[in-house]
Amino acid sequence: MTTRTGERRTWARSAVGGGWPSVTGYWLTVYRRIWKSTVASSLLVPLLYLAGMGYGLGAIIDSPGRSAVPGVAYVGFVATGLVAAQTMMTAVAETTYSVFGAIKWQRTYHAMLASPLQVADLVRGHLAYLALRLLMVSTAFALVALAIGAMTGWAALLTVPIAVLGGLAFGLPVYAYTVGTASDEGFNMLNRFVIMPLFLFSGTFFPISQLPAVLEWLAWASPLTHAITLTRAVGLGSPAPLPVEAWPAVLHVAYLVAWAVAGYLLGVRRLRARMVV
Amino acid sequence: MATAIPTRRRSLPFPIAFSASAALVERNMRAARSYWRTFVSGFFEPVFYLFAMGVGIGALVGDVQVDGRAVPYAIFVAPAMMATSAMNGAIYDSTANVFGKLKHSKLYESVLATPLRPLEVAVGEISWALLRGLVYSCAFLLVAAVAGFVQSWWALLAIPVCTLIGLAFASLGMAATTFMRSWNDMDYVQLIILPMFLFSATFYPLSTYPDVLQGVVQVTPLYHGVALVRALMMGELSLGLGVHVAYLLALSAFGLWATTRRITRLLMT
Repeated sequence: MTTRTGERRTWARSAVGGGWPSVTGYWLTVYRRIWKSTVASSLLVPLLYLAGMGYGLGAIIDSPGRSAVPGVAYVGFVATGLVAAQTMMTAVAETTYSVFGAIKWQRTYHAMLASPLQVADLVRGHLAYLALRLLMVSTAFALVALAIGAMTGWAALLTVPIAVLGGLAFGLPVYAYTVGTASDEGFNMLNRFVIMPLFLFSGTFFPISQLPAVLEWLAWASPLTHAITLTRAVGLGSPAPLPVEAWPAVLHVAYLVAWAVAGYLLGVRRLRARMVV
Repeated sequence: MATAIPTRRRSLPFPIAFSASAALVERNMRAARSYWRTFVSGFFEPVFYLFAMGVGIGALVGDVQVDGRAVPYAIFVAPAMMATSAMNGAIYDSTANVFGKLKHSKLYESVLATPLRPLEVAVGEISWALLRGLVYSCAFLLVAAVAGFVQSWWALLAIPVCTLIGLAFASLGMAATTFMRSWNDMDYVQLIILPMFLFSATFYPLSTYPDVLQGVVQVTPLYHGVALVRALMMGELSLGLGVHVAYLLALSAFGLWATTRRITRLLMT
C-alpha cells in the first residue's frame, strides 16, 4: 500500500495538473442520470416560494399607499432575494452528500487519485461543475422571473453572475468542510444551524433592518446578505429603487470572492491532508 | 427452537401486539442515542421559522383579518408553524429514515425474522415518529407561549392534534416510501410537501386565494391540521372542527392500511 501511494505521489508531483475537465465530465455524467429530480428541487422549489411568498404574502403586504420597501412590489423583493438564496441552497446540496459519498461510500475520489489526476484537479473539476449547475439554476430562475414580471429590465440578467458568485461563496467553504469531515451527521447541523437561518435572516423575505441590531450586524457576516444586496440593486428595473454605489458594490463582490477563494484553498489543503498520506 | 416456524401467523391480539411494536420503538430509541444531536436540532427549525415569520414578516404585514377581526401576524402564523413542523417531522421520519432502513441497513428483514408482523412494524415505526413529534410539539408550544403568541388554554389540545397530524403524514409517508427506488426520489416527496407548506392557508388566510383555488387548498391534509391548531391556539372552538379531525383520521387509517399491505408484499413474499 505504502509503496503504491508513494509512487503516485512522485508521479503526481511531476505531472502538469490540467486534468480537471475530466473530473467535471465525471460529475456531469452523474448529473445526466439524476437531472429530472434536481429540476424539481432546484427550479420548482424557488418558483413555489416565489408564488407562495411573493404573490401570496404580497397580496396582504402590498396595499394602496403601503409596501414593505418603498416603491418595490413584494414579489419583486422576494424574487431578487430568491435568485441568490436558491444558488446558496443548490451549492450546499452539490457539495455535501455527493462529495462525501465520493470519498467515503463510493470511493470515486480514491479511483480518481489512482489515475494521473491530482488533488487540485478534483477540487477544480468539482468547482467547474458547481459553477455550471449554479449558472443553470440561476439563469432558469431569472428568465422565469423576468417573464412573469417579478424582475424587470435587462439589467436583471446581471443577477445571474452575482447569484453564481454568491453560490460559490457558500459552495467552496462547504466543500472544504465536507472533504475534511469524518461523518455525515454534521450535514444535518449545517443545514439546520447555518443554511436555514441564513435563508431566513439574510434579507430574502424581509429587510434585515427589521432585525434587532445585534442580529442585523450578524446578518452582514452572511455572504447571502451581500449577494442579495447586489441582486436587488440590478433586478428591480431602473431607476433602481434599492441602488448600491460603485464602491460599496466592489466591497460586496470582494467579500463574496474572499469566501470563495478561502474555501477553494482550504478545500485543496484538507482534501490533500485526507487523501494523500 | 426445534419446532418449525409457521410461515403465516395470525397477528397477535391487542396487548401483546402492542408490546411487539413497542420493541421496535425501544430499538429506535436506543439507536437515537447515537444521533442525539440531530434529534435535538430538529426543535430549532420551526423556532427559526416562527421568529422569521412572526417578527420579520409580521412587521411588513401588520394585522391579518381572520373572520372579520384583526389578528397580529405572529399569532396568526405561530399555529401554522406548529402544524407544519408536526408534518415535516413525521414525513422526515417516515420517508428518509425508513428508506435507509428498508434499502440500506435492511433492518426490517431482520425484524421480520422475529415474531414481529408487518402491521406491528408499521405501528412501531409510526409510533416512534409520533413520540418524537410529541417532544417537538410540546417544546414548540412552550416557546410560542413564552413569546406571547398563544391566546387560550385550549392550545394544550394542539399537542394531541399535532400527534394526529403526525399520524396522518407518517402513515402516508411510510406507504409512499415503499415505492421509492433511490434517494433521488426523495426530491419528489419535497415537491408534495413544499406546496402544502406554502399553500395550506399557512402564511395567509384562505380568503386571500381566488375562489377556484380555495377549494383546492381545502383538500390538502395540512390545511385541516393548520385550521385545527389555529382554532385551538386562538381559542375559537366550533363543531366544524370535527370535520378536520375526521378528515385526518380517515387519512391515517388509509395510510396504515396501505403501509401494511406494501410491507407485506415487499418483504413477506
